Order: sequence, then C-alpha cells, then structure tokens
Amino acid sequence: MTARYLLADSLVMARRNLAHVRQIPEKLLDVTLQPLMFVLLFAYVFGGVIAIPDGSYREYLIAGVLVQSLSFGIMGPATAIATDLGEGVVDRFRTLPMSRAAYLCGHVLAELAASALGITILLGAGLIVGWGIHSDVPHAIAGIGLILLLSFSMVWLGTLLGLVVRSPDSAQGMVFLIVFPMTFLASTFVPLDGLTPLLRGLASWNPVSTLAAAIRELFGNPIGMPAEPAWPLLHAVPIAVGWALLVLALSIPLAIRRFRTRTTG
Amino acid sequence: MVYDNDVRSTNSAGVYAEGLGKRFGELWALRNVHLMAPAGTVLGLLGHNGAGKTTALRILTTLATPTEGRATVAGHDVVADGAQVRERIGVAGQAATVDGLLTARANLEMVGRLYHLSRNDARRRARELLERLELAGDADRLVKTYSGGMRRRLDLAACLVASPPVLFLDEPTTGLDPYSRNQLWELLKDHIRGGATVVLTTQYLEEADRLADEIVVLDHGKVAARGTPSELKARIGGERIVVTMSRRDELARAHGALDPFLEAPAVEEPEPPRLIAPVRPGTRLVEIVRALDAAGLEAIDVQRREVTLDDVFLMITASSRAAAASEAA
Repeated sequence: MTARYLLADSLVMARRNLAHVRQIPEKLLDVTLQPLMFVLLFAYVFGGVIAIPDGSYREYLIAGVLVQSLSFGIMGPATAIATDLGEGVVDRFRTLPMSRAAYLCGHVLAELAASALGITILLGAGLIVGWGIHSDVPHAIAGIGLILLLSFSMVWLGTLLGLVVRSPDSAQGMVFLIVFPMTFLASTFVPLDGLTPLLRGLASWNPVSTLAAAIRELFGNPIGMPAEPAWPLLHAVPIAVGWALLVLALSIPLAIRRFRTRTTG
Repeated sequence: MVYDNDVRSTNSAGVYAEGLGKRFGELWALRNVHLMAPAGTVLGLLGHNGAGKTTALRILTTLATPTEGRATVAGHDVVADGAQVRERIGVAGQAATVDGLLTARANLEMVGRLYHLSRNDARRRARELLERLELAGDADRLVKTYSGGMRRRLDLAACLVASPPVLFLDEPTTGLDPYSRNQLWELLKDHIRGGATVVLTTQYLEEADRLADEIVVLDHGKVAARGTPSELKARIGGERIVVTMSRRDELARAHGALDPFLEAPAVEEPEPPRLIAPVRPGTRLVEIVRALDAAGLEAIDVQRREVTLDDVFLMITASSRAAAASEAA
C-alpha cells in the first residue's frame, strides 16, 4: 500500500530538508566553507614545512581534507534528525498516509546532496591549488565511487547518532569530541613518518589514515608511505571499502530500529 | 470481550474503542476505556494533564500501540490496519505539529503531497485553506515567526488538507488567550459541522460543552463519567456560588440554609471552610446572603463563578462516594 509511494514521498521529504537549508544556509558551512579553510591553511601556511617523500604536499593534502570533511559530515544528519525529533513534526508525518520509510530516505537523500556539493567544491578548490587525478580512468572512477560510498556511510552513521542523542547540541558536541582528534591523529595532514613511534602506531591503524591512503592510491596521489608501513596501509582500498560497508551494515538497521522505538510509544 | 461487528459495519466513518489500555512500565496511563463516536458526531475527551487524553489520541491516530483492547477508526483497526486508518484521518494539536522552518504555504503543500494529492491539487487546497483560516496574508512567512493562535490555525488547516472523514484535535486551544480561543472555536464549529467525525481532547469544560455531542471525562486513565453536555450539566449543575465561612462547624448550617436554592448537594471544603454550591439558574447573590442572614450566619465571602473541570471531578467523586456509602449501609 504505502511502498508504492516510497519514491514520491521520499522526494517530498528531501525537498523539505533542502528548504531548511535555504532558510538556514549556515547549516552547509561544515561541508563547504570549513574544508576550504583547511585547504588554504595547510596548502599555504603549514604546507611549506611538511615534506612528502613521494610528491608535492598539495597533491597529498586534498585526500586528507576530503576524508576529514566526510567525517564531519556526520554532524549535519545528526543535528537534523535530533532537531526534528525534538519537535512534534515527526509525529505529524507518522499520522499521514505516507510511506513509513520515506522520512528516513528523504533525510538521507537530502544529506547526500549536501555532501556531494561539499565534495565538488573541495575537489574544485583542489584543482585550483595544484591537486590532480593522475591515475587511469577506471581507478579515478573507483576513487569517486569510494568517496560516495564513504559519504553514504557517514550520513547513515550521523543519522544513527541523531536518533540516539537527546538534543541537537549533544550531537554536535559528540561529533567534535570524537571526529576532531581522530582526523588529526592520522595521515590526514602530515605523513606518518613525521610522528613519534607511539603516535605513528595509533595513526597507522586509525581508519581515517586508511581512507585517506585509499583515496590517494586510487587517484595516483602521493601516499607518504612510512618506511615500515602497518598492515592496513598496505591494503588501504579493500579495507576502506570494508570500513564503509561495516558502518552501513551496523548503522542502517540500528537507525531504523531506533527510529521506530523513538516514534512509536 | 464481544466486538460489535454491526456497529462497525454500519458506521464506517466513526471511531470506536473497546477496553483500551496503555501501560508505561508500572503505570497504566489508560485503562479499560470505551469510546464511541458514530459517524458525523463530535466526541470530547475531557480531563486534566496526565488524565490519559493524549495517550488515547495517540493510539487512535496509530502513533502508539495499545497494551490491551482494540479500536477502529473509519472502519479499520488501528493496530492491524494502520495504513488504512492514516488515509482517513487528520490530526492537529500537540500530538502532531507543523514545521517551523517552512512557510505556512510550504507546510500545507507538503502535507497535501504526503496525502498524495497531485501537485496542482495540493497547491490549490493550500491556497483555499489559508484563505479560509485567515492566514493568506502571512502564508509566505516562516511558521516559527507565527503567534500561538496563528500556529493553531495552521495546525487545523494541515489536518483539513485532504478533507479526511475523521479528525483528531489534541487540545486545540490550550495556551491561547480568550480572544484567540473564541476565534478558533468559531472556525472549529464551521469545519466540524461539515459532517466529519471528530474526537477532540480538552481541559476546558466550556470547550467540550460548545463543541462536543458527547463528552467522556477521563481521570487517571479511567473513564470517570460520560454523557451529552446537557446530561453532564444536569448532573453537575450550571453555575456555582462559593460561600466562605469563618468556622468549619458553621458549614452544615449554612448548607441547610442554602438548600432551597440548590440543584444538587453542595461540596463542603474544610480549609478554608467553604461551600461550593451548585445553584439553580437565576439564583441571585443577594438571596443567598439573606438566607444566611436569616439563619443567623455571617459569611466572609460570597461569590459566583462558572463551573470548572474541578467541579466536575468534585461532583463525580462525591457522588461515587455517596453511592459506595449507600451500598455499604
């Protein structure tokens, strides 16, 4: 009965989320302006003192900022969901004859659109400062595919977070507390060999390093591989895909279940 | 429990509930509640905060599942057949609200689309309702900038978008000033007399009286009383005169002195010592003062007021106590 309307209803929901962005454009700052600032900061301020063994720093930098930006992409969906649940508007949707899955689907669609916009802006900025894709076409396509897969998994992870926390503010706080250190204690901005042995060990196993290495590898950018690379860095692409699929396999069913219990009394 | 299939099939647009119960942990928010709103009638659920009104409404609108009992809305079971129910209902009030970050027009068009009206129909319907609920001038403002009264009107519009045969209004005027309340009552009257079946919850006796054909009084999750407004008013009387005495032992004599004016026994409250007396219509304060004077009593204060929900509960509990006492005797 309601499955027939899944697509149409999801699009109505997605349009609603995008209308919110029109009202509060600041919502997009974390996926648009913030990565640009990191590009400028590291390319022009810190970049001069960071040496990459196998290429230029700017070629190295972009994949790092991209992974950081994707990770902060948890914040948007988390605050959007937490805000909706704090008001009665989700109850309104649940009394309408719309498809039951449409609310979450529409939300994910809108967040993916926001994320795609952020990725495009970032890669565009990368091209301007001297980054480029140096691999063949299949690898380049695989790289774009991996980025989209990661974006998808971060949106779902953020959705789950938004369903678990009590308020939009606590979602924001938690993302900052976890994502901020994780994206710096990694090969995001500096090559791993520049770190002390203890930090290098942590950073080598940090999934953020793996994701950055996978994107660098697929785009033919310098990887900054340490002299004695840890296991995840040697198999970065399959492990990155594995991480993304693992996050999806956990967060989709958990988010759906959590959504049901939060909205049915 | 016998389920009345005949009623269900002949009143396919009505709302029926049988033995409805909802438990949260140890607490029964609702217990053994029977409701009946045949097609085209208005049922008022009257009660204080926490009486179970919203819980009942959440079950009937498929937002919550009952722990026990069953209910049908427009001929469909609310648990087994939720999707069918949702196609036939409109919900307004605190149980379902509007999106503050959209304009009023965008809200109504979105709701229309989610009822699966075509784009043009959704647009036309939104325009129509904005006109009728006097929101046309503010249609393109964000709803978060709306006053309480405007927001309630928009809520009401949202539940009317698809002209559903059954409407649920959860405390439609709570928190509004008297002017906005009156204005909303007039609007509600217009719309609910259009033939829809309506279940509305309220804390205001006056609201139930003005809008409902049948009133169910809920108290601590249970039905405390039910009847038409005139039946209930006959039981609880039209207005109250409150007589405050200086000493508690004067209450009984004062009660006796007022007897000729009473519709039903007055409620005696010990602290401060006072009588809450349901008086016959047309009783004047001066008659009360004279009667007390003739009995040699001096009241500290005598004043008239409208019946409140509290009076209903006082009356109901007083009469059930009296019934229990006479049974025991």
